Amino acid sequence: MTSLHIDHVSRWFGNVVAVNDITMTIAPGVTGLLGPNGAGKSTLINMMGGFLAPSNGTVTLDGTTIWRNAGIYRHIGIVPEREAMYDFLTGREFVVANAELHGLGRAEAARALATVEMEYAQDRKISTYSKGMRQRVKMASALVHDPSVLLLDEPFNGMDPRQRMQLMELLRRMGDEGRTVLFSSHILEEVEQLASHIEVVVAGRHAASGDFRKIRRLMTDRPHRYLIRSDNDRALAGALIADPSTAGIEVDLAEGALHIQAIDFARFTELLPRVARDHGIRLLTVSPSDESLESVFSYLVAA
Amino acid sequence: MSTTSPATSPPALTSPKASLFNPTVARLTYRALLGRRRALILFALPALLVAIAILVRSLVGADDTTANGILGGFALGTMVPLIGVIAGTGAIGPEIDDGSVVYLLAKPVSRSTIIFTKLLVAIGVTVAFSAVPILVAGFVLNGNSQQIAVAYALAAAVASIAYSALFLFFGTVTRHAVVFGLVYALVWESLFGNLVPGAKTLSVQQWALAVGQKIGAEGAITSDVQLPLAISLLAAVTVAATWYAGRRLTSLTLAGEE
Repeated sequence: MTSLHIDHVSRWFGNVVAVNDITMTIAPGVTGLLGPNGAGKSTLINMMGGFLAPSNGTVTLDGTTIWRNAGIYRHIGIVPEREAMYDFLTGREFVVANAELHGLGRAEAARALATVEMEYAQDRKISTYSKGMRQRVKMASALVHDPSVLLLDEPFNGMDPRQRMQLMELLRRMGDEGRTVLFSSHILEEVEQLASHIEVVVAGRHAASGDFRKIRRLMTDRPHRYLIRSDNDRALAGALIADPSTAGIEVDLAEGALHIQAIDFARFTELLPRVARDHGIRLLTVSPSDESLESVFSYLVAA
Repeated sequence: MSTTSPATSPPALTSPKASLFNPTVARLTYRALLGRRRALILFALPALLVAIAILVRSLVGADDTTANGILGGFALGTMVPLIGVIAGTGAIGPEIDDGSVVYLLAKPVSRSTIIFTKLLVAIGVTVAFSAVPILVAGFVLNGNSQQIAVAYALAAAVASIAYSALFLFFGTVTRHAVVFGLVYALVWESLFGNLVPGAKTLSVQQWALAVGQKIGAEGAITSDVQLPLAISLLAAVTVAATWYAGRRLTSLTLAGEE
């Protein structure tokens, strides 16, 4: 069993703090590293993969320092986010080269290509591959030495739903086999479908850690803001504020709209259409005004 | 999807031993070098040199002074550094730029091994595309009279080693290695190296000429640098550049795109 330990790790680039005093342990099974773009996920993964030195703190694999230790790559497989990968080679040549660099050969390469179901296109040049095919060949190159730790940076980016499902299935199986699988994503649904354990990073800080249901609940329980337009804003505002699911309503005359803060998400979504119907009010616009991941995440940080 | 056997290997986390050569790294490097569009220059320049040699020989006949001018001026002064830039920077720069170097670095292969191997490939390519055609052109121009062909070919081979190391180092330091390399090759070596006396002492071209001077007939080739100094400087530049390149690669960070 292999675990990655991140202990009070910070990383800054000049004046910019990309990762701020994070401590976490990535244990066997599938872990999702969730956070908005620019949160420091890639920086963290780069430190776990030995491509970046922590400015402070330590990153270790079962007690062994990762930075400047090429020996750890016998146990770590890395699937980078960037696309470039010796496009002038065929998929098979690429995976064989990766195997050779591990002191292995064609047999291991063939096995890895079979694992990702890329045998059918293995003799085509990588430059002709689709995004999903590239991703699978990258996976094969990372799996060729049967690593106990697998690090994947935004592996689902640009994949179509079918490819996404296949990769999820594969990663799930890797986790079930006892490997330590860590993948980053900025999409909650992705993480939720795959990872039993989630680490949330926002603005370089460790915002939450644990079971996805707990985190999901935190996310849905937060106050929601809506922008609503109707043919009778004041009557609607009066009817809504009477219900405890609503914490505040602002009548925006310039916009001709209501800004509503709801504190009970489930109850409010059920209340709004009922109130409108009962009062004969026509709803013209109902739009959440803070559904961006950033606002969801920043709420998590404050929570 | 099928899966592989469970990962149960116990961690054995010793660092890999450094060696001078890794055949897989070499194969990837030369295929990348020769597969790129830039590689056309690798073929075009030597072809141009040989074409000039054939043309001059057929128009002027065998003439040592003309041979000296072409081999010392165009070949050693311009072609060798240009090919050195393409092979040296091209052996590592593009991989660092596009991030594909990660597939070499995320392996239990010492980073010094990667640098040594890439240096050897760069030297091999530079010698093959500069020293060898210079030898051919020299024989075409004057049939190796006064040992001029052999002298310039050996000088080019020696220069190839230093240029490869230097430009490989550039490739690990800056994204604009080709630009820096070209400025160095064309401005410093070709322009200052030929005109300014002080710059001549610090010019790979002059050091290589010192080697050529030793091999060529008395007075056929001249250099402004004495042979012992030239050889010491060639060795110093090669070793220092390779060492720094190795260090750069050891601490190379692939910052995220955030």
